Amino acid sequence: MAIEVRIPTILRTFTGGAKSVEGSGGTLDELIADLDSRYAGIRDRLVDGSGLRRFVNVYLNDEDVRFLGGLEAPVRDGDTVTVLPAVAGGSR
Amino acid sequence: MLTIARSLLDQVIAHARADHPDEACGVIAGPAGSDRPERVIPMTNAERSPTFYRFDSMEQLRVWREMDDRGEEPVVIYHSHTATPAYPSRTDVSYAMEPGAHYLLVSTRDPGRAEVRSFRIADGAVTEEDVVVSDGEGGGRPAARAALR
Repeated sequence: MAIEVRIPTILRTFTGGAKSVEGSGGTLDELIADLDSRYAGIRDRLVDGSGLRRFVNVYLNDEDVRFLGGLEAPVRDGDTVTVLPAVAGGSR
Repeated sequence: MLTIARSLLDQVIAHARADHPDEACGVIAGPAGSDRPERVIPMTNAERSPTFYRFDSMEQLRVWREMDDRGEEPVVIYHSHTATPAYPSRTDVSYAMEPGAHYLLVSTRDPGRAEVRSFRIADGAVTEEDVVVSDGEGGGRPAARAALR
């Protein structure tokens, strides 16, 4: 078993169009590094110098990973990680 | 071009009026690939702000999963501007992440008249499109057409 990662439309250019890919790692950070080794460039779209990008939502199973330690959140085989771009904007 | 039933547009405008002076936001779901908005889903503006909106992240996960299960996609992403025109701001453009969606903007700055305009936003470029309002429910045959600009 591996960790299933669900990819939003806007990032499927990195995964050859795949809606869902598999990866491995003990933390979210390691999982993203593993994905980046096969889908080069995807890490940069999820993470910046200070951690997860502010306008990217990452969920571990049913929880926002921001409440689980962010990049340090532990992950394991059988988990599902869902990435959704935040829907946001403003009048300024 | 965005074709939308009057009943749906009325729901969006009512939501925008109800949340004024804060920005209101939501999606209109429709069958994937149909380009046909059918179901208004008002979302919580987690920012509760007159100048900014952001979908609540947990609500977004729930709604996105529900759309997935029903074979739907966000055909329209809408939000309101409460003191400025219904035109995408620089902020709107920089955060727009759904190049396939219609970005519908409603301005509630005039209490007597809602200004509604629709745009495509992709790769930082904004393209305005016509809004065709049909009198039917969902994808019904348009009985009367009016281009709103």
